[in-house]
Amino acid sequence: MIEIEESLRPWLAIACPALAAIFILFSSKLPNLREGWTLLASIVQFWMIYSMVPVILKGTTIESYLFTVFPGIQFGFKVDAFGLIFAITSSFLWILVSIYSIGYMRALREHAQTRYYCCFALAIFGAVGIALSGNLVTMFIFYEILTVSTYPLVAHEQTPEALFAGRKYLAYLFTAGCFLLGAVVLTYSLAGTTDFDKGGILSVAIAPRSVLMVLFVFFLLGFMKAAYMPFHSWLPTAMVAPTPVSALLHAVAVVKAGVFGIVRMVCYIYGIDLMHELGLGIMLASLAAFTMIVASLFAIAQDNLKRRLAYSTISQLSYIILGVALLSPMGITGAMIHIPFHGFMKITLFLCAGSILVTSGKENISEMGGIGRAMPITMMAFTVGALGMCGAPPTGGFISKWFLGLGTLQAGNLIFLAVILISSLLDIVYFFPIIYTAFFAKSGGTTLRLNKGRKIKEAPLFMVVPLSITALLSIVFSFPNPFTDTILNLARMAVSILGGG
Amino acid sequence: MQTAIQHFPVLIVAISLVSAISILVAGWTNKKTPPFISITTVLAQFVASILILNHVLTKGPIHYWLGGWKPPWGIEYVVDVLNAYVLVILLFLGLTCAVYSKRSIEHELPQKTVSFYALYQLLITGLCGVTVTGDIFNMYVFIEIMSLSAYALIGSRGKIALKASFTYLVLGSIGACFFLLGIGFLYSVTGSLNMHDLSILLPPLYGNKMVRAAFVLFIVGLSVKMAFFPLHTWLPDAHAFAPSEISAMLSGIIIEVCTYAFIRLAFSVFSVNFLTLLPIFDILCWVAGIAIIMGSLLAMTQFNLKRMLAYSSVANMGYIMLAVGLSTSAKNFPWCGLTPALMHMLNHALMKGCLFLVAGAFIYKADLWNIAELRGLGRRMPYTCAAFVIAAISMIGVPPSVGFVSKLYIIFASLEAKKFAFVAILLVSSLLNLVYFWRVIETMYMKREEGEEHAHASMNSRDEIPLSMLIPVLGLASLCMVMGVLWLAGITIPILNKVNAMFGLMVVR
Amino acid sequence: MEWFIEEVFAKYNYWISIILMLIGFYAMIAKDNLIKKIIGLNIFQTAIFLFFISLGVVKGGTAPIVDEEMVSKGYVYVNPLPHVLILTAIVVAVSTTAVALSLIIRMYEEYGTIQEEEIIEKSRVKG
Repeated sequence: MIEIEESLRPWLAIACPALAAIFILFSSKLPNLREGWTLLASIVQFWMIYSMVPVILKGTTIESYLFTVFPGIQFGFKVDAFGLIFAITSSFLWILVSIYSIGYMRALREHAQTRYYCCFALAIFGAVGIALSGNLVTMFIFYEILTVSTYPLVAHEQTPEALFAGRKYLAYLFTAGCFLLGAVVLTYSLAGTTDFDKGGILSVAIAPRSVLMVLFVFFLLGFMKAAYMPFHSWLPTAMVAPTPVSALLHAVAVVKAGVFGIVRMVCYIYGIDLMHELGLGIMLASLAAFTMIVASLFAIAQDNLKRRLAYSTISQLSYIILGVALLSPMGITGAMIHIPFHGFMKITLFLCAGSILVTSGKENISEMGGIGRAMPITMMAFTVGALGMCGAPPTGGFISKWFLGLGTLQAGNLIFLAVILISSLLDIVYFFPIIYTAFFAKSGGTTLRLNKGRKIKEAPLFMVVPLSITALLSIVFSFPNPFTDTILNLARMAVSILGGG
Repeated sequence: MQTAIQHFPVLIVAISLVSAISILVAGWTNKKTPPFISITTVLAQFVASILILNHVLTKGPIHYWLGGWKPPWGIEYVVDVLNAYVLVILLFLGLTCAVYSKRSIEHELPQKTVSFYALYQLLITGLCGVTVTGDIFNMYVFIEIMSLSAYALIGSRGKIALKASFTYLVLGSIGACFFLLGIGFLYSVTGSLNMHDLSILLPPLYGNKMVRAAFVLFIVGLSVKMAFFPLHTWLPDAHAFAPSEISAMLSGIIIEVCTYAFIRLAFSVFSVNFLTLLPIFDILCWVAGIAIIMGSLLAMTQFNLKRMLAYSSVANMGYIMLAVGLSTSAKNFPWCGLTPALMHMLNHALMKGCLFLVAGAFIYKADLWNIAELRGLGRRMPYTCAAFVIAAISMIGVPPSVGFVSKLYIIFASLEAKKFAFVAILLVSSLLNLVYFWRVIETMYMKREEGEEHAHASMNSRDEIPLSMLIPVLGLASLCMVMGVLWLAGITIPILNKVNAMFGLMVVR
Repeated sequence: MEWFIEEVFAKYNYWISIILMLIGFYAMIAKDNLIKKIIGLNIFQTAIFLFFISLGVVKGGTAPIVDEEMVSKGYVYVNPLPHVLILTAIVVAVSTTAVALSLIIRMYEEYGTIQEEEIIEKSRVKG
């Protein structure tokens, strides 16, 4: 029996970034106050969300609805274990990225900082709204808010490339939004409701198989934010954004919203039984496997560090999709915990790329010879993140890949186990050269100095501290500790509710 | 008090007429007074319309017999929920434009303020008259009053605006003549001009060719007036050259009141039973679908901002007519019957009104007509551009704005009527909207002005429009979002349900 | 022959109306001169007025003036309502013509011509 508790906490959690956005707009003349709002809101929001964890772990869900849009659709939140995982990830990382942004933006003397912080807050508003929403319609509303609020962040630089990237971003994601709206409306007309329910709300009884399969494709197209192939190309192009934007949004919030949506769709709208019946699991898993391998191959060919990380993200997201497509309890658990773990590791990598850019202005790996010796802390953190990507112990990445591997065995699809292993090998192939170049390559006389001849040193404190924290946490995740246990327990709870082992 | 409010429908029309004349007289002596007279009048009318709406919702329709003559001998004014709703929308937009126009007209047409306001009041007279009347010939007369004022106002800037106004005149008069012919046909078979009377006399005659021909004539005549594809060709020219507050009124209200006239004729005079006899509404849906796509496609090719918005209006009239066409087939609450159509009337008035007023602000401040010239305005006029962005994303259909709610309701209505093509058309048109609105937003905010290397915040070059113009713009923009939430929460839906119940379009649960 | 008499001659008022309407419509569309367009509009409107008025004809009716003597003798009256409606419509048509003519005068002052094509040409040059 799932008990339901009414609480205002979801609304308070959402209100933090929304109010912060308004206050930021008004504090544009006072930079320190403006940054203060961001930090305050992020900390309060994380506290709010974390306070909901004990309640959820007891087995209750927190629900709170505001008004009824249509009969059967209420606008509001239903916090369950899975949603909480995503919410915790986003809100915690917002704190760290905000600290990092302060250092980054001030070091580079960026323009339009008010717009940046305001849109950032709105994007987090959207992301946490997606995480906590109780049905498809609420999720769709926050989904579109996320798309619109991240456009000014992507096109921030206002160069022609940035504008092009922004246009491409909108083109892909808005089309996806249209497909998603069509899918949501179709679901409502078939099922009479859009609430997320553990057994799924669709069944063969209410619609013919062909309709359900077409609906699945519509949903999948609607979740283009998950950057699966062949609809992935907006992500590398969007790397022209400032690094903190790439870090949070494209490694954690936007793309994770996409895979979050896919998991919600598979487990809570379709339900595991229906997925088995329609054979959609294999189709989704093949798509994920294809993306995994091909994205890794693309990554090997990139010289620009951020683009390489972008393709790595595309590959890693497919791990999550694969995990859920396996439809086995271990697999789904692996997918769910990969969301936070990958988030922490990827953010470390991006934050390091950003600090390299700030101190040395270098973007391409071939130019980064010897930079590990000049910026030891940054590159150590990078190494930790890279190890996590490859799935090597003692990082959190190892834990999630372990679960995913067990998931393939449980589902009996050994071919996907092979895919995971091959992909991990490819990860090593493209991460190792970066680390090697950074630490062991010879630095030509000029590479270690900026154009003006200043020696490259470690990045400013505001930037180094957050990335060290994320790197440390990535390691800490692999050992038993309250935070990891929380995440694992939440995932287990979610899966057990779904009816797995 | 009960008898006082019975007079309000006539009063609304009468005080507008009186104020038009008094503006002429007062302006002869003092050129400063016309704006204030106009704004006060429209404000009084707006308050009266809200009182009427309240009365109609609580106590029932208002009937007023002009001159005390009982219908069908005399002219009757009937205000029920549908009328009252449209009246409130039109007077709200009229008030907003009147406040906005004070500064704008002083800048654009300094010698003609007196005549402008007199004509503006006549325009409001015509609009109110069309809305409150219960007699079809009276409706024709008021449509013509409204159109004549519109012709003169559109041509008020001189030069090429005159040609645009002339084209509108010729086409609009043809439309009105078809409307008159339709009235003639109906009169010849029934002998009555009163709408309620006709609705009683017509049912036995539904098979009569004259009656059917009359209906077709009404559709065609009103289609010219409401710029419904393919009879919309006068609209882009009229918009491109008219003063901006007149553009806002034109797209926001004038063409929508003609849509109201069509709804009134189709449902009050010819009842729902007639409409289901012939597949008229199916054809209407398809023409509306084509209008949506063509309007959006043509908007993408325009360089002039106001022309682009004009084609967008053509597409939006397509939305309203699509919703009207689906009204007989969609029966499930809450998107049943006329709800999506009437909802979009309000929403479009808000969004388009805001967009045109912003376009006017650009012209007022910097004489900028083309989209490419709008570079960097986001920094110089931040509030105005912010209002544009809000209205634009509302037109595109981002939740929770009014545009999203309209589209959602129309999508649900088409799903229920099993016409899936329209769902696809609506989604595609959202994407097309995105393309042409985003061009403008990008140019405003993202492109740098010539000579600016790194876009540093040049706060000192902020050059915002005056407050009396800014408040209407921001008010409309914020209403785009606030009304969206109100529609979603279902707070204002019951008003529209009463309309549905009145016409027999709702399945009572 | 009988059909001809029945359909055309008997209903001559409708035929005249239609022919006039078409003439007016043609003038509005095809003529380049703006004054001719307005003349066409007037012809179109007049045709509609004639149609309306002819609706009110009552066979053997006389002018609708009520006189006790004529009522007691059982005289039939022509329906006055269409006449009234058309008076109103004529007023509307005259106002429309007035606005149109004033627009034409302004355009003549501005462009020096009342040929539509030339005005469009000049506006492209002038802007």
